[in-house]
Amino acid sequence: MISQLSWKIGGQQGEGVESTDRIFSTALNRLGYYLYGYRHFSSRIKGGHTNNKIRISTKPIRAISDDLDILVAFDQETIDLNYRELRKGGVIVADAKFSPTVPEPSELRLFSVPFTQIADELGTSLYKNMVASGASWALLGLPIDVFNKAVEEEYGRKGQAVVQKNIEAVRLGAEFVISLAGGPLPDFQLEPSDGKAKLFMIGNDAIALGALAGGCRFMPAYPITPASEIMEYLIKKLPKYGGTVIQTEDEIAAINMAIGANYAGVRAMTASAGPGLSLMVEAIGLAGMTETPVVIVDTQRGGPSTGLPTKQEQSDIFALIYGTHGEIPKIVLAPSTIEECFYDAIEAFNLSEQYQCPVILVTDLQLSLGKQTAEELDFKRTKINRGKLQTGELPTLEENSLFKRYGFSEDGVSQRVIPGEKGGIHHVTGVEHDEVGRPSENALNRQKMMDKRLGKLNHVKVTNPIVVDALHKAPDLLIVDMNSLGGTVDEARGRLDIDGITSNHITVRLLHPFPTAEIAPYIAAAKKVVVVENNATGQLANLLKLNVGHSDKIANVLKYDGNPFLPHEIHSKCKELHKQPVKELV
Amino acid sequence: MATVKDFRNNVKPNWCPGCGDFSVQAAIQRACASVGLEPEEVAVISGIGCSGRISGYINAYGYHGVHGRSLPIAQGVKMANRELTVIAAGGDGDGFAIGMGHTVHAIRRNMDITYIVMDNQIYGLTKGQTSPRSSVGFKTKSTPDGSVETALSPLEVAISSGATFVAQSFSSNINQMTAIIEAAIRHKGFSFVNIFSPCVTFNKINTYEWFKEHIVDVSEFGDYDNTSRIQAMTKIMETEGMLTGIIYVNDSKPSYESLVPGFKEEALAKQSLEISAEDFNKLVADFR
Repeated sequence: MISQLSWKIGGQQGEGVESTDRIFSTALNRLGYYLYGYRHFSSRIKGGHTNNKIRISTKPIRAISDDLDILVAFDQETIDLNYRELRKGGVIVADAKFSPTVPEPSELRLFSVPFTQIADELGTSLYKNMVASGASWALLGLPIDVFNKAVEEEYGRKGQAVVQKNIEAVRLGAEFVISLAGGPLPDFQLEPSDGKAKLFMIGNDAIALGALAGGCRFMPAYPITPASEIMEYLIKKLPKYGGTVIQTEDEIAAINMAIGANYAGVRAMTASAGPGLSLMVEAIGLAGMTETPVVIVDTQRGGPSTGLPTKQEQSDIFALIYGTHGEIPKIVLAPSTIEECFYDAIEAFNLSEQYQCPVILVTDLQLSLGKQTAEELDFKRTKINRGKLQTGELPTLEENSLFKRYGFSEDGVSQRVIPGEKGGIHHVTGVEHDEVGRPSENALNRQKMMDKRLGKLNHVKVTNPIVVDALHKAPDLLIVDMNSLGGTVDEARGRLDIDGITSNHITVRLLHPFPTAEIAPYIAAAKKVVVVENNATGQLANLLKLNVGHSDKIANVLKYDGNPFLPHEIHSKCKELHKQPVKELV
Repeated sequence: MATVKDFRNNVKPNWCPGCGDFSVQAAIQRACASVGLEPEEVAVISGIGCSGRISGYINAYGYHGVHGRSLPIAQGVKMANRELTVIAAGGDGDGFAIGMGHTVHAIRRNMDITYIVMDNQIYGLTKGQTSPRSSVGFKTKSTPDGSVETALSPLEVAISSGATFVAQSFSSNINQMTAIIEAAIRHKGFSFVNIFSPCVTFNKINTYEWFKEHIVDVSEFGDYDNTSRIQAMTKIMETEGMLTGIIYVNDSKPSYESLVPGFKEEALAKQSLEISAEDFNKLVADFR
């Protein structure tokens, strides 16, 4: 019996890879396994190789695996591109139609199953993905009823006849492969799971659900990969709560509409990726200057420009922190797990109202789109805090006087009212202004207002600005990362342990204002610091050097080819860096 | 009930003496009072430019945003609180150059907002450059040999974008402006109001006298039917856009807010932010 296994399905985009993956993983989730998925796809609708990989485990996992156990192939290209990833003794289940071959002698087992032929005999080649998944499911020897239930849910809306045909396709695929293999593969039998169906979602789902639970009722947004799922989820759910989503003409409209709605008292957010964020920058500055709360989600993808729209990268860090002209208060939160995506979405709305400033929630493509098992989400943690928003009746204003919307206060945060309130009339402008919002170029006022706005950040309190795993007092390595990388780093650390290299691990969750005081002691204690990130210039490492110092012992592990890190890559790079004398690191 | 005085504040506009925007400001204040609004029920959202300062000169809630984006902000405000009377305002550069994309889409979307453009055919605050409304041959600091670009026809754009209320006025005619803005506020949908508001400092061509000579009012057309899109378009083209009055109205098209599924009459800003534990559990169950 094994405790984990990796399964991949590949073919041409539009061939059913997505739906097959969905059914396969839904069934595994219902059985109680922990899952972690990765989508390899291109920025097109039909055609082009695509594949989905799922790692299946009896224990929680947060990384894709180095290798692969089973590959389901709809075409020879899938085999050619992916067979090297298969471990020794790995299995290929392929459509007999294209007479599949393994390009070079290897210790792989190939099962050629007539996916297309069986499907055609059932009426249409569309069923071939079910033949394929039935075959690979049967090799694992897992109970078929759970699988059929998932098939029913996927195709139920198309009618019972279609469901039955698909279930028949699954059965025939299973029978055929079993006749070849002689039964489920003994070395592919997973240990039983705990049997409890878990939450299985993508980071974008978790953010959208968190936003809804956190009081977001309006989302103007412009579609973009990999952010669109957030607006697609909310448009389905918001009407029940009186809210809505507007697909705007561009990202500039989206952010300005969100600012308008927040100003008028509704929790609103927008979501985008690099190109959209670039367009939003001026308005983010407006929100900072006018102290209007707003939440912006940036799902990082490969940049610059259009870059790699469907690939993993973490290269927006500096743009998010420094991307406005002038100087504004801004909070940049980087969740590192599915669960944090949910809780941080709620916290982002609270922070934006408590500190009356823009809050950017940043993810990366793998966190936003990688489907994975999540821990139960705690409803009790969905508390809403609107900061200094005045809700009761306000005192009547004297003639020709206005509400002190920007009144100076100890923590820099002023009382806020929303339009419609009698006694609350004030002005809002992106021009430097006085306490009631009237334009002012007075030098003293200017300084006080700058200090007031920027000073708000001195008081920012965020739940867990860093995630710390620091067993060692003076570790050989401190590994620092953000967003989706933590799980992969932890697997690499397990291997470093075996090599006798001690390591601590910090995932930075608050990118701005930088949690210098929290991180500094761990940096000081480590012999070397390795910052692992998906970009070419080491932005997170530079942020660390800028805020904490110790640049002489901070080294980079970078990957910017569009693919997520694999555990063995981090492991081998860390091993190399461990050997290098500190002075040669930089 | 509020009077026009209640919509005035003690801020002295930084417009040049004689600027057309003074009368536009007065007309908005009069119209708000005659509709029967209270200052706190009005939100004026403006862009950047001389005219963009208008949100600070009216005693109401005001938001002076970034250049060209008054309409997205105004739409956000309206979605958050549909009980508010939302007036967006700005110049021809704000609305027809940098903000043109939003203008067309805001018109299409048809939220119950009044959009007032103070159209002076030039960039004033930056001291005299060409605008999308400048005529061919118009000499400015940025077109010293005269503009070679075709001037935009905002009324044609508005009507072809599906506008439900299109009007034009002239800042010398405060009574007409007031009546038009009042009708625009009362109209249940997006109201587009273009106002010729001469720049006395930088535009020596399109002056008060020039407008007086060139404009014709729809009332002079005899049997003009402002519910006819074809007639409206024909008259705009015949007069090369130099007409005033309420040029086109369509009262039958519902506003955006009234078409959004689940959108309540009560302001969204006044509704609960919380969801029940039961709802939460249902939402979470989708992911099992």
